[in-house]
Amino acid sequence: MLSFKISTYRGEQMPKLKINGQEHEIDVPDDMPLLWVLRDVVGLTGTKFGCGIALCGACTVHVDERPMRSCITPVSSAAGKEITTIEAIGDTESGAKIQKAWLDIEVVQCGYCQSGQIMSAAALLESNPSPSDRDIDAAMSGNICRCGTYPRIRAAIKQASQST
Amino acid sequence: MLHRSSHEEKDDQRGLSRRTLLVSGAATGGALVLGLYLPRSIGAKAQITEETLAPNAFLRIRPDDSITLVMPQVEMGQGTYTSMPMLIAEELEVDLDQVSLEAAPPNDKLYANPLIGFQVTGGSTSVPGFWEPLRQAGATARVMLIKAAASRWRVEPASCRAERGEVISPTGERLKYGALVGAAAKLSVPEKVPLKNPKDYTLIGTPAKRLDTPDKVNGKAKFGIDVMIPGMMFATVSACPIFGGKLKSVDDSKALGAKGVRQVVRLDNAVAVVGDHMWAAMQGLAALNIEWDMGPNSDVTTESIVQQMARASQNEGVSARSDGNFAKALPEAVKTIDAVYEMPFLAHAAMEPMNCTAHVTNDSCDIWVGTQVASRAQATAAEVTGLAPEKVQVHNHLIGGGFGRRLEVDGITQAVVIAKQVDGPVKVVWSREEDTQHDLYRPYYYDRFTAGFDDQNRIVAYHHRVTASSILARWAPPAFVNGLDNDAVEGAAKEFPYAIPNILVDYVRDEPPGMPTSWWRGVGPTHNIFVVESFIDELAAATKKDPVEFRRSMLANQPRVLGVLELAAEKADWGSPLPENVGRGVSVQFAMGTYMSQIAEVEVTKDGEVNVRRVVCAVDCGQIVNPDTIEAQVEGGVIFGLSAALWGEITLKGGRVEQHNFHDYRVLRINETPDFETYIVKSDEAPGGIGEPGTIGIAPAITNAIFAVTGKRIRKLPIKSQLRPA
Repeated sequence: MLSFKISTYRGEQMPKLKINGQEHEIDVPDDMPLLWVLRDVVGLTGTKFGCGIALCGACTVHVDERPMRSCITPVSSAAGKEITTIEAIGDTESGAKIQKAWLDIEVVQCGYCQSGQIMSAAALLESNPSPSDRDIDAAMSGNICRCGTYPRIRAAIKQASQST
Repeated sequence: MLHRSSHEEKDDQRGLSRRTLLVSGAATGGALVLGLYLPRSIGAKAQITEETLAPNAFLRIRPDDSITLVMPQVEMGQGTYTSMPMLIAEELEVDLDQVSLEAAPPNDKLYANPLIGFQVTGGSTSVPGFWEPLRQAGATARVMLIKAAASRWRVEPASCRAERGEVISPTGERLKYGALVGAAAKLSVPEKVPLKNPKDYTLIGTPAKRLDTPDKVNGKAKFGIDVMIPGMMFATVSACPIFGGKLKSVDDSKALGAKGVRQVVRLDNAVAVVGDHMWAAMQGLAALNIEWDMGPNSDVTTESIVQQMARASQNEGVSARSDGNFAKALPEAVKTIDAVYEMPFLAHAAMEPMNCTAHVTNDSCDIWVGTQVASRAQATAAEVTGLAPEKVQVHNHLIGGGFGRRLEVDGITQAVVIAKQVDGPVKVVWSREEDTQHDLYRPYYYDRFTAGFDDQNRIVAYHHRVTASSILARWAPPAFVNGLDNDAVEGAAKEFPYAIPNILVDYVRDEPPGMPTSWWRGVGPTHNIFVVESFIDELAAATKKDPVEFRRSMLANQPRVLGVLELAAEKADWGSPLPENVGRGVSVQFAMGTYMSQIAEVEVTKDGEVNVRRVVCAVDCGQIVNPDTIEAQVEGGVIFGLSAALWGEITLKGGRVEQHNFHDYRVLRINETPDFETYIVKSDEAPGGIGEPGTIGIAPAITNAIFAVTGKRIRKLPIKSQLRPA
């Protein structure tokens, strides 16, 4: 494991980003959304662009374990923090449980929104190990799925919450 | 007078004749593919050698036992990357964990959709169209492998069998397929081989796990938008906000000064900014000062389009169905009912915004994109670049939701025009706003109905006039014959299931100025089943009959329609008491070769809010390939249709689309999703399509339920705030 290093980013310096446990030095504008840094600069394309204004949740990543919409998160605000994307969420207990339930229940259709769905669901399970239907609604209603996988998303979260 | 021959009847039941847009008889069935070898030159990833068994375009088996299935149909969520392999694997006698998949390159000769006539994934045709050819493809290879093994063992082929990628001799000896491909490849390809008896299926009909999903839960799956090519730049686009407008001038001095911006590309009707990443391109685009020539459509509004359609709907239409003599029967009716229904323009709003990556050089063009029409993608790139089609490589990708949008190549054409002016590969990505405002929209529909009753309250005369844009006339001109667009009337004409002696269904073509129209999930039937099932419900109410009983009384000759109606009614406890402010509504449909009935339970609050609580679907799609996919497609399809019924609408003002993003083009979320029950009828009939039927019948089920609760008939979608107290 790499040691956690607090960045001294002040706008002049390039932000140092810790993504999935790895540090990256990048040269981008302060206000560039984390989404485009991840996708176009670092090359982690699992995080998706859907709406650009935090309406659909496709771009959800974890910043210090909290779900964030990376399309409106300036890269500077994530500097020095632990950023986790879909590519590494399986390394966490909640993330692995969610991914397994997603495949067991066969949630996925086109799959484009599912990175964001899984990131939101993993964060929910991390903070609330046995969510009620209402908890699921509250945590997941920011994530749009046009294929309509919602009934199975709900079922998969429940299954993951019951697995040990 | 319409009296269908038994042959036509049979085709109708299978949904074939209707969907056979451009196909000659010879292009159907297994004969299409057998005996064709996949040429090496069309972008196959692994080379075919003498030692490769490739008796048709859909599979390759190599000496190392690797089995590659080439997917003629694109995966956009509907499960085709599992159902197509299931068809081949069943007859090839291999398990799904033994195969790997490749997207087919553009080639209409090898990969034409048998029901449409060229390479296209759409219209819920994948399983119905490839049901026969892909089973034949697998069986052909199996027969050849068995023959090769039998010859080595000096036994009769009939005494051997195949299982899990091995041939087994009568004495229990085993040879892996890989060990047999050299000998099998030298055999002549049999013309047509017998297929398995359905009772022997081990894969077809089982809830097989999807092959595409493991990589979709860990970020590895590559959609078109995820392509990363070394040296690639990123571009985003602004097209003229009014369709038909042109670029007049652009001041790019500020944009070119922005960090990361590399180039501004001028198109006929758009501007693109190219940068080091999407953010730079977006910032550059925002910094442009663009002047448009708005063109001829700057006065167009939704209202002006509807007025034009209402006028056009007074004209006599082209007949799509004429039974008996409506004109004679109507005046004899003792009571008549008229109604006008309207349905709005709709955007596709797939989650993956429009994108295409292109690299154009002097003698080559590469395209990385998710497309439902690979050969059309190749053709448009060839046209834009002036290159021969074989110089254009189309690398087809997973699609992040198609719903019909990727049946169009406008975004590919545009990306190639941009790439021609850029040195190196460029990924063009539209913003969500650009995607919403430069879609090709589901047409606006304007429907007139008249029905006449006799003194026994029986319907004796029925007229339905569809007024709408013709998608077929633009998209597949040869299929637009004598002024009739069969898509625009699909579900309302030939497929109209109710027994009425005098029926007239006709079509008036009316093109909305400045609004490009195209396919949208459920195509023609999404429109027609809403209006027909709503009007039938009106007729039931007018005669004070129960909606299920009323339909049943006119479906005696439609056993499969009746079957799903009765199953849905039974499972939904039709007629049982409901809480206050809650009602049930029903719809039935035959579309894409599949029968379905939906019953919705809907609450209408005193504030006029509509909550869909429960949806029961009964589906008869013939033989089942993957029941788990059927359930997923039905429920997902219903949710897609629910968004549209409740809120979906694209409107125009001053020629511009008024909607931008998900805040003003609202779609269903998890907290708004009803409970589902889906019941699948067991059947030995030919398989029907399943990607779209769920979307088709939900709107009338909801609006009929709303009528049951409130007495208010919704004749114009979306429902939106129509029920709010004044």
